[in-house]
Amino acid sequence: MNYFPDEVIEHVFDFVTSQKDRNAVSLVCKSWYKIERLSRQSVFIGNCYAISPERVIGRFPGLKSLTLKGKPHFADFNLLPYDWGGWVYPWVEALAKSRVGLEELRLKRMVVSDDCLELLSRSFVNFKSLVLVSCEGFTTDGLAAIAANCRYLRELDLQEIEVDDNRGQWISCFPDSCTSLVSLNFSCLKGEINLTALERLVARSPNLKSLRLNRAVPLDTLQKLLMRAPQLVDLGIGSFVYDPSSEAYIKLKATLVKCKSIRSLSGFLEVVPCCLSAIHPVCQNLTSLNLSYAPGIHGNELIKLIRFCRKLERLWILDSIGDRGLGVVAFTCKELQELRVFPSGVDNAAVTEEGLVAISAGCPKLHSLLYFCQQMTNAALITVAKNNSNFTRFRLCILDREKPDPVTMQPLDEGFGAIVQSCKRLRRLSLSGLLTDQVFLYIGMYAEQLEMLSIAFAGNSDKGMLYVLNGCKKLRKLEIRDSPFGNTALLTDVGKYETMRSLWMSSCEVTLGGCQTLAKKMPRLNVEIINEDDQMEFSLDDRQKVGKMYLYRTLVGPRKDAPDFVWTL
Amino acid sequence: MEGCSKTGEQACPQLLDLMAKERREWRVMRDGEASSSEEKKLELRLGPPGGEDKRWSLKDSTNRERDAHHHQYLLSLGYFSSTNNSNNNGFSFLHHHSSRSLPVMAKESSQPCCTKVADLQSPAEKKAFLSSAPAKNTAVPNSSQKRTAPAPVVGWPPIRSFRKNLAGASASKLPASESPNDVPSKTVNEKPAHEPGRKNPFVKINMDGVPIGRKVDLNAYDSYEKLSAAVDELFRGLLAAQRDSSAGGIVNKQEEEKAITGVLDGSGEYTLVYEDNEGDRMLVGDVPWHMFVSTVKRLRLLKSSEVSALSREKCKTRYWLD
Repeated sequence: MNYFPDEVIEHVFDFVTSQKDRNAVSLVCKSWYKIERLSRQSVFIGNCYAISPERVIGRFPGLKSLTLKGKPHFADFNLLPYDWGGWVYPWVEALAKSRVGLEELRLKRMVVSDDCLELLSRSFVNFKSLVLVSCEGFTTDGLAAIAANCRYLRELDLQEIEVDDNRGQWISCFPDSCTSLVSLNFSCLKGEINLTALERLVARSPNLKSLRLNRAVPLDTLQKLLMRAPQLVDLGIGSFVYDPSSEAYIKLKATLVKCKSIRSLSGFLEVVPCCLSAIHPVCQNLTSLNLSYAPGIHGNELIKLIRFCRKLERLWILDSIGDRGLGVVAFTCKELQELRVFPSGVDNAAVTEEGLVAISAGCPKLHSLLYFCQQMTNAALITVAKNNSNFTRFRLCILDREKPDPVTMQPLDEGFGAIVQSCKRLRRLSLSGLLTDQVFLYIGMYAEQLEMLSIAFAGNSDKGMLYVLNGCKKLRKLEIRDSPFGNTALLTDVGKYETMRSLWMSSCEVTLGGCQTLAKKMPRLNVEIINEDDQMEFSLDDRQKVGKMYLYRTLVGPRKDAPDFVWTL
Repeated sequence: MEGCSKTGEQACPQLLDLMAKERREWRVMRDGEASSSEEKKLELRLGPPGGEDKRWSLKDSTNRERDAHHHQYLLSLGYFSSTNNSNNNGFSFLHHHSSRSLPVMAKESSQPCCTKVADLQSPAEKKAFLSSAPAKNTAVPNSSQKRTAPAPVVGWPPIRSFRKNLAGASASKLPASESPNDVPSKTVNEKPAHEPGRKNPFVKINMDGVPIGRKVDLNAYDSYEKLSAAVDELFRGLLAAQRDSSAGGIVNKQEEEKAITGVLDGSGEYTLVYEDNEGDRMLVGDVPWHMFVSTVKRLRLLKSSEVSALSREKCKTRYWLD
């Protein structure tokens, strides 16, 4: 390859798209490093504190798409104080100052202010796509700035966001000249929305493929929107409250029949627990169905709906479907690849090991699972492992903490052991139920491809954590809460943490002294102790157990924006 | 007692504090080296049963970690109580306990109070941790953790609060609480009427010139006037003590504690400001109460003379140093 001109090599590199592959390519030689970095357009930063914006921009001046992740995963469950960090403003500021022609920004678990959105909207002429997942810190004013200023906006996608202030007029800020929208998702916004402005926006967006509405959009508006956008592929219904005899409903039924392109359906944020027969015509073509935000739909209605969904590949649902409903899924959805069953909180609704066994038997293509259940048995897990060795993601959450196998009263070590032994391509695993060190022995032995492991209320001793750290060579993220792992486990192989993105340990047995030792030995790790209630003001005893520790590798040292309660050792 | 209004009930928190501290220290002495796990399970303890044994066996004397967990458990239990519930007294005492433990420990004398408190404590404790039947604390629990309903814990089950709030907002029965299987109990059967989007109703409040801060439960008030009155109650004593000490220790016992007034309209010596969810410092009182509650992150009493020097800051410069 040495005697090809750079342009040719660059052209070859155009076909290398995955970040992993491009990283590998850049390590071959200096010349390839240079060609690769100048031609890279899409950069993924898994931990925004591992590197500085200036260095990213310096290395990839041609960058057009940036993905950033901020807070650790357990922040989703309120384990991290509100203002721990993850502000994206410095990144946007640095990008704005440089000559980067940013077109796409995807953020997860970061804090985004209105000022930041304003700056973003004004700084990049060709900005096209903004995707915010599980972010916070902004109001609809920020959205208004994006709408008003991004002339070629194609995608505005808000997922699982709690926006406090909500005034609904931001949708009117899209100028009449904006006709480029392809994807608009504001389903998580709680307040009112200007319906007329929304209708006009959809009417002038011929390329619109994905539209997810919030609960403030009523049925008659939905019908009008569908009339204007029959080309929709992905629909998120806001409010599905209606009177079955009303004209609006009859019209909607007719319109839905015409929407032959819809492949993905979600929402039903407000729903009357009555029949959903209007949806049935759409079901036969669906590949993705998300009813996990719709506790108003009863189990029986769900089952009726599922019977029509033969092509389903992805299903997100509440446990109100029950084991019986999962049996119907197993019977009907032979193409199913991803299943998520969330808790609905209704007492008798929960699913058990029966549903999971049925699914594993009936859905041969299933490889991604998130399953909240009342109970699980070893026998069931062993059966699942026999039925299906394709799992790449297996996340099981038994709602009752540390619950053993209800039949044998044994820990679930053997069951999970069977899963990791059988599923050789397993990359992500979450454990629950009663578990001893034994399960970690199995994980260390068999889970060779494991990249992310979540542990809660499990294990007996340091050995457990050591089995994992020693055995899982590809481990990148380890998060542990309320488990008896202490300094020995933490300090036995300190070099391991530089091969990982991050480690979270809360309510474990590690002490301040242990963390300090680690921090001293590994200068390229940030070891953060997160103190709540101003505990730092009191005496600092080495033997004191640490409430929350989050450590991650970094090239730029301790972060300068850490709040008072975060102590970087 | 400082910062305490004068009803007999309100005097209890300090005593309850002490009891809790006493209990933990007692356990240290008792545990010594290795008490059997059975013994540990038989102990009366403050905390959820099962699984948390490890945390409650103390190897060192500092209790901060315990406080943190204690506080956590209490907070999550506090979610189930509304302030109108008269049985809630146990909760509010315990809440105040955790944030006030330092000044109390400095001042409190001990023994005679304890025995009395023991009586007060146990019924409150039983109510407080009713998620497991009180008998469980003394009965030999099944080592296979057949709990009827475990005490809720922060972050369990691991679902995003976005999901919990969504379900709560619709017509279903999913409680906006930590556990989807709600605790069936007579004494705590009211969900808190807490604002959607208000994840943590307790905000810190600091006052210029007073080194110790307080925490207020915003759900306990429904107007700025009530908040202002509470602020006065919380800090009046602390401020007077501060003045006493800064006057060179010449304690004038006749000096009345001066009321803290005019915090909302700029007419008093101090003005109430807050930090909102964007990190900006704002005057309290401009927006409707519910909007304030959902955006406020911290409160502060500034000297009114300094208020005019307020300036907007981006991105967390640390002007909230105590």
